[in-house]
Amino acid sequence: MGLLDVKQEATEARLSGVTLPESGAWLATARADALARVKTMGLPHARDEYWKYTRPGTLTQADAPEAALYDTDEAPIFDGIERLNVVFVDGVFSAEESDDLTGEGLSIERLADIAQNDIHWAKELYGVLETKGQTPVQRPLAALNTALATDGVVIRVSGEVSKPVNLSYRHRDTTSDAALHHVVKLEEGAKVTLLENGPGAARFNQVLEVEVADKAEFHHVRAQGRDHERRNVTHIFARLGTESVFKSFTVTVNGVLTRNEAVLELTGDDAVAHVAGACVGDGEFHHDDTVFVTHNAVNCESRQVFKKVLRNGATGVFQGKILVQPDAQKTDGYQISQSLLLDDDSQFLAKPELEIYADDVACSHGSTSGAIDEEGLFYLRARGIPKDIATDLMTLAFLAEAVEEIESDELSDAIISRLESWLERRRG
Amino acid sequence: MLEIKGLKVKLEDEDKQILKGVDLTVEAGKVHAIMGPNGSGKSTLSYVLSGRDGYEVTEGAASLDGEDLLEMEPEERAAEGLFLAFQYPVEIPGVSNMTFLRTAVNAQRKARDEEELSAADFLKDIRAKAKTLKIDADMLKRPVNMGFSGGEKKRNEILQMAMLEPKMCILDETDSGLDVDAMKLVSEGVNALRSEGRGFLVITHYQRLLDHIKPDVVHIMADGRIVKTGGPELALEVEENGYADILAEVA
Repeated sequence: MGLLDVKQEATEARLSGVTLPESGAWLATARADALARVKTMGLPHARDEYWKYTRPGTLTQADAPEAALYDTDEAPIFDGIERLNVVFVDGVFSAEESDDLTGEGLSIERLADIAQNDIHWAKELYGVLETKGQTPVQRPLAALNTALATDGVVIRVSGEVSKPVNLSYRHRDTTSDAALHHVVKLEEGAKVTLLENGPGAARFNQVLEVEVADKAEFHHVRAQGRDHERRNVTHIFARLGTESVFKSFTVTVNGVLTRNEAVLELTGDDAVAHVAGACVGDGEFHHDDTVFVTHNAVNCESRQVFKKVLRNGATGVFQGKILVQPDAQKTDGYQISQSLLLDDDSQFLAKPELEIYADDVACSHGSTSGAIDEEGLFYLRARGIPKDIATDLMTLAFLAEAVEEIESDELSDAIISRLESWLERRRG
Repeated sequence: MLEIKGLKVKLEDEDKQILKGVDLTVEAGKVHAIMGPNGSGKSTLSYVLSGRDGYEVTEGAASLDGEDLLEMEPEERAAEGLFLAFQYPVEIPGVSNMTFLRTAVNAQRKARDEEELSAADFLKDIRAKAKTLKIDADMLKRPVNMGFSGGEKKRNEILQMAMLEPKMCILDETDSGLDVDAMKLVSEGVNALRSEGRGFLVITHYQRLLDHIKPDVVHIMADGRIVKTGGPELALEVEENGYADILAEVA
């Protein structure tokens, strides 16, 4: 039996008991189409090229593997920041724990609330950017999310929003299996910062679709941490208009399995898309950044900056691609992925790719993997800094280059201090 | 203060003996210089004393105020008061000079059961000391030694020495890569730190550094041993006649 048949059979079996959530016309169509996409593509299989480095089994199986809760009195990372807080507990919106969902220049609706409508503006984006992002590489888990997600937020931004919108996830049930689907539409010239933090559930499948219209600016800072046993698969699909800006940063600590995909398309001239990530993994930790940036317009800039610190058998994966279409002249594309391996048991697997069809472009990429600089370590120790502290100092310095991709100092400080305390706890 | 007895050292990975029995005592308040041709083992001595990997002590001892140095980790030696000014200071991307120094000062204080320095006191101290070495605020903020010129790196070494206030300072070819003005600045920094309770071991290939940092005792090292010891005049003799004459004389 060929791979396709194997996949079809497994997918049929997995989806046999699945029924689509009830919904109004606009969403019912999107869900049915998405389910049909999943069936055509088949769910990811260990033999898929795109899943070569990350085992999809626990993400595709019927039940979520159990994930213990993380016991801590550490305050959530963005607590010190003035923001509009939107809380989800095990994948379900909690009005009680959330702020009032109103803000100037901003409309926030809950997907579950608009699901029964016959028509809604979100129709033009929900599952649409995801569908677009299925070529040339298939992402069936995102389509599965479009079909099955029952909650999430639908945000429309018409002006400059001063306070960040914070999607806070809480995990209180050890076997929760959650799918959240968010849609964000920034109108021309609009500006917003979206924050995300916390573990969504024992198993968490998330899709974020973002439309950034001309001259609009979208900033995204995400912290995935705490619960160690959680499994995450997330997809960001973004479409960028002329002179728009999209900047996304993710920090990840802990997590037995995390796959973060970002699929960005620059469709208007002079647009800027940055995506960056920093992660620290210790022991049973598998972290996969899979990024696909398509340049489809003139004079656009894209940057991918990923840094991973791995120890005690942790695994890091990076699959990053820059695709420059024939008309995307004057493209400035940059991609770097680096890992710091603190022992021989840890590994970093990288597949950086450039595919360029325009002739007047400047694209560069690099990927490195290395141990800590012994010369530097000795220098710090010779000044009286104990080895473990010196190692952490150099670890933090290594990650800082990715954290610096965040524009807001307040947010990058919050990330740095969280990384510091994580390292400090590991030192004991 | 620093006492080295019959120290024999080989490379860890190679069957190559570098130090073949070094005896040396540096008293508190004194400046000793070690001169010698390239490959004589001068830098190896400084590395072995500060605890760098890659060397194996096969015989002998080294102690600081009676404490066995060779048994200690590099950071413990530093906290005991040993300081090595590197011949090639290391660049450390991402770690600011300021963070580095503050972490070092407080780590040493902690190791000695002393109270950590407050941010304000530290800042006051470092600003004053940086000023005399003509190190500006920008250099303090930049990552350790990144993009520093040769002279800036050496001044940064002396700043670290001034901040850490060690008992025993080893300067490994501090004059290498310095122009006349930088050498003067660095030497002034070192001279300002000379005191009754502090010993110095100045390793150099050339005599010119010793015009600025006047030694009490000069040793000549060759082929892993100290072959001759004398006063400052020994350095002048090297300057005039080179090493060949002295080596021939002791051979």
